[in-house]
Amino acid sequence: MDFNKNVGQPVSRLEGKLKVTGQAKYAAEYEADNLLHGYVVSSPITKGKIININIAQAMAIPGVVDVLSHKNRTKLAWFDLQYTDMDAPPGTVFKPLADENILYNGQPIALVVAESYETARYAATQVIFEYEQETFQTDLESNIPNGRSAKKGFATALKPPPPPPTGDFLNSFEQAPVKVAATFQHGTEHHNPIELFATTTIYEGKGKLTIYDKTQGTINNQLYVANIFGLHYKDVRVLAPFVGGGFGSGLRPQYQLFLCVMAALHLKRNVRVVLERKQMFFFSHRPPVKQNLRFASDVEGNVTALGHSVFSETSNFEDYTEAIANWSHKLYPAPNTLFNHKVVPLDVYTPLDMRAPGGSTGMHAIECTMDELAHKLKIDPLELRLINYSEIDPSSNKPYTSKALRNCYLQAADKFGWSNRNPEPRSTKRGNKWVGYGMATGIWDAFQFPARVEAMITKDGRMVLNNATTDIGTGTLTVMTQIAADELGLSLEEVDFNYGDSKKPFSMFQGGSSITSSTGVAIVVAAKALRKKLLKKAAKMPDSPFKNSEDAEVFFSAGNMHLKDQPNVFVSLKNIIASNNGKPIKTTNMGKPHMLKLRKYSLATHSASFVEVEVDQDLGTVMVTRAVTAVAAGKIINPKTAAGQISGSMIWGISKALHEETFMDHNLGKYMNTNLGEYHIPVHADIGQLEVIFVEEKDELINEIGTKGVGEIGLVGMPAAISNAIFNATGKRIYKLPIHFDELMQ
Amino acid sequence: MKPFKFSAVNNPAEAITLINKNTDAAFLGGGTNLLDLMKEHVALPNEIIDIGNLSLKEIKATASGISLGALAKNTETANHPLIRKNFPVLSKAILAGASAQIRNMATNGGNLLQRTRCSYFYDIAMPCNKRNPGSGCAALEGFNRMHAIFGWTRDCVAVYPSDMAIALSALNASVKVLSSERERIIPFRDFHILPGAHPEKDNSLQHGELITAIEVPKNDFAEHSAYVKIRDRNSYAFALVSVAAGLTLNGNTIQTASIAMGGVAHKPWRALNAEAYLKDKAATAANFAKAAEAEMALAQPLAHNKFKIEMGKKALINALETAFKGNI
Repeated sequence: MDFNKNVGQPVSRLEGKLKVTGQAKYAAEYEADNLLHGYVVSSPITKGKIININIAQAMAIPGVVDVLSHKNRTKLAWFDLQYTDMDAPPGTVFKPLADENILYNGQPIALVVAESYETARYAATQVIFEYEQETFQTDLESNIPNGRSAKKGFATALKPPPPPPTGDFLNSFEQAPVKVAATFQHGTEHHNPIELFATTTIYEGKGKLTIYDKTQGTINNQLYVANIFGLHYKDVRVLAPFVGGGFGSGLRPQYQLFLCVMAALHLKRNVRVVLERKQMFFFSHRPPVKQNLRFASDVEGNVTALGHSVFSETSNFEDYTEAIANWSHKLYPAPNTLFNHKVVPLDVYTPLDMRAPGGSTGMHAIECTMDELAHKLKIDPLELRLINYSEIDPSSNKPYTSKALRNCYLQAADKFGWSNRNPEPRSTKRGNKWVGYGMATGIWDAFQFPARVEAMITKDGRMVLNNATTDIGTGTLTVMTQIAADELGLSLEEVDFNYGDSKKPFSMFQGGSSITSSTGVAIVVAAKALRKKLLKKAAKMPDSPFKNSEDAEVFFSAGNMHLKDQPNVFVSLKNIIASNNGKPIKTTNMGKPHMLKLRKYSLATHSASFVEVEVDQDLGTVMVTRAVTAVAAGKIINPKTAAGQISGSMIWGISKALHEETFMDHNLGKYMNTNLGEYHIPVHADIGQLEVIFVEEKDELINEIGTKGVGEIGLVGMPAAISNAIFNATGKRIYKLPIHFDELMQ
Repeated sequence: MKPFKFSAVNNPAEAITLINKNTDAAFLGGGTNLLDLMKEHVALPNEIIDIGNLSLKEIKATASGISLGALAKNTETANHPLIRKNFPVLSKAILAGASAQIRNMATNGGNLLQRTRCSYFYDIAMPCNKRNPGSGCAALEGFNRMHAIFGWTRDCVAVYPSDMAIALSALNASVKVLSSERERIIPFRDFHILPGAHPEKDNSLQHGELITAIEVPKNDFAEHSAYVKIRDRNSYAFALVSVAAGLTLNGNTIQTASIAMGGVAHKPWRALNAEAYLKDKAATAANFAKAAEAEMALAQPLAHNKFKIEMGKKALINALETAFKGNI
């Protein structure tokens, strides 16, 4: 059999050439007749009311078509539910241009529509608003007393609150011989995919719209538009054939989609709205978080008590949460635990999942606290993890479907040379730089969502697959093609995977590292049904040798179906379709997680990151000179695109540890570094040597293809590994991310 | 952006004639700063005069040193063999700034005229005395990690962003300027100004004047000079603190020290106190530390930039040590 000829191969991105030669078209690049351009006007105040809008000056500029605001907008759906998207947290969804109220700084308050983008942009400066300002609260720290439990809703299933207490945490912590208590602070981050958020709406007439949108979920946005504007689902088509990065920012419909569609319907014209970079700081973000950790152990290093309490920012209209305090007890089997998570509502827009949401925040604090514990115990940090290694998930007492974390630790440690680590902080020099080693664990969810795939064989023997998922740059097209090709014994060139289109069968949004497992499983299920149909058809062909064959008695290879026990007896797929009068044989099937079976298990990917840093002895500047991350994430369909995901997220880990933060001026309630010049992410010169190891992890329980997803796990361990390496280098623990080197100057 | 008239000129006289007719006109060099400012509606010229065709692009040795054409590109300047050999601190400073793409476009004259990167200056919804005189300064009580520790006033705490100009300051350069009446030479220390009563002004250039060249005199510290830039990432970030230093040595004795700092003031900050302390002293770690102390003792930090005092000392010491060790 030729199965798995393509799966497991380091195939280069199939769409790579289109991207690097500029032929791949993004949402803002679709042309249409008499296209109008909308420019969003953003509120300069943080809270209050619009009491007057004067558009006369703007309307007088040649080329300006309209200025839409709450005063003259189309009548819209009223109920919250109609604005709700698949990823909406509990609360009241923000409705753009709903009324005169300003809820946060940068809120869209009008759309200027003109014949050219430049005209719209300039005219936006000529719309005169009068406001009544109100006082506001944007600072997490000073509003901690307002923290409260989050409301529950749809999102709670994917991001459960922390598990209830076990044992007697307070007493056991009090009496423990070795304990650490620390407070961690994380700043705000914005996703900043390189592609600007944009929508091009083609007004087809008769209530029909074709919408090119930057999104991670075509169907999510199709439903959102249809519900709000009262259109039939089938009349709204959302396309996102190429997406220039998402990182979570495209999990919910963003406001340019709403405004663009509204303008198209209002003016009955084709309209495009592109946000500016700074306007992408006026929506979702990773929330600032304060965490208090208390871990204790016996003198041998067995962790006896885990305490983790979290305060995270949310908006005043939705309760966004992420799983932050849930992770330590999935790793370390302590008998006494106390976890809680409170949200602090502020006058900001609602935060949103950003690559490894919660996990990267919580695991930074957890793994730094473990490092501190190891230091107090005088036990090697890796050894402490191994002492507390658990084959099962202690927080639920369920076994993992698979857990190869031990091999992640051992293989990464070996590759890194961890045994050379000097345990004494501030004791290793290289020239005028302190050198330090640090390590940390990563853990992340292994999600699978239901997905439907249409699969067919066409008269030229090609396999065509349809699914609504996007490819946000992760390699989805490539891995789906690999999976499908192997199912029917075809080459990659003989498979067409069509995606990024809400007209195709169902896919959830592309988030939570879920799509390879979700659409991948659906492909396998559909391929199985397709093979059955092909056999059935072949059996009916004249003098067919397949007349009495069962499904298990045939195999597919090189465009043919063969008998297993007589491999030289075969029929080509082309001939089967010819016998169907040239009509494709097709099937549409649902792939879904095996909920009943999986309820008995815990599901997770794991990783271990090892990092070397150099810290300038005088200036405190930090360089991550090298890092090794080993990942256990089930089967790796494509080691090349998967390694790209891991090394990319390792760089994000460096960014989170050392560079990235959106600064809020709390006097103004406004982010102040809203451009890529001053919102710092690493440049090439900041990145040292990175190595990725995929540890073998055979998982026959989790799903039909044994995959767990690799989009986020590579980020989770890095920030703590870097913080711990900086401690090893300098003897200083910095509990606030990002670590500014001015805090490391002597 | 605001609609504007565009014209291209072919010689300096034509450029000056044209700009004298319109107080809202602006010269366009490389455009790496002006166009950004126009997109943000911070700069609102109604006329752009493209001076890209003027023949002010030459970099040439002169009797007294070197002359840098105002329209020579930053990249060409930094990589010029004479600059690398005789003014390495200038080459290093230029290469520490911006990105390769920006340096390829940016001109020497334009580099000097870069406006501050203060976020409040860039945001037209904010009060800013530099952008809108009399409206106030939001940065004074705002987020001011990047801002000044020397020479600021309650009306303006912005810092000047150029790296190149910090080296030119230490090199005692001067700026050659042409107007319809005359040609004048502005010593570098007088070119950029502190905010004083007019924070809207960054420098002493008048409307109607055109920078034609930057003159850099010969120096005797090429082998003992350094440019140290401390920033939040290794490229494409403005200086938190930077130091250009040159030491004229007689054995281990410092005859004169030339030191300028960036990221600390509204203009390149000539470290006169450090220079005075080091004059005729031995080049020792202890003296470098004392010189740094002498300079930074006068700093007046804001709420978020107290670290710049310690960072300034470390950067001064680091630059002086690097310069003393020698770099060629």
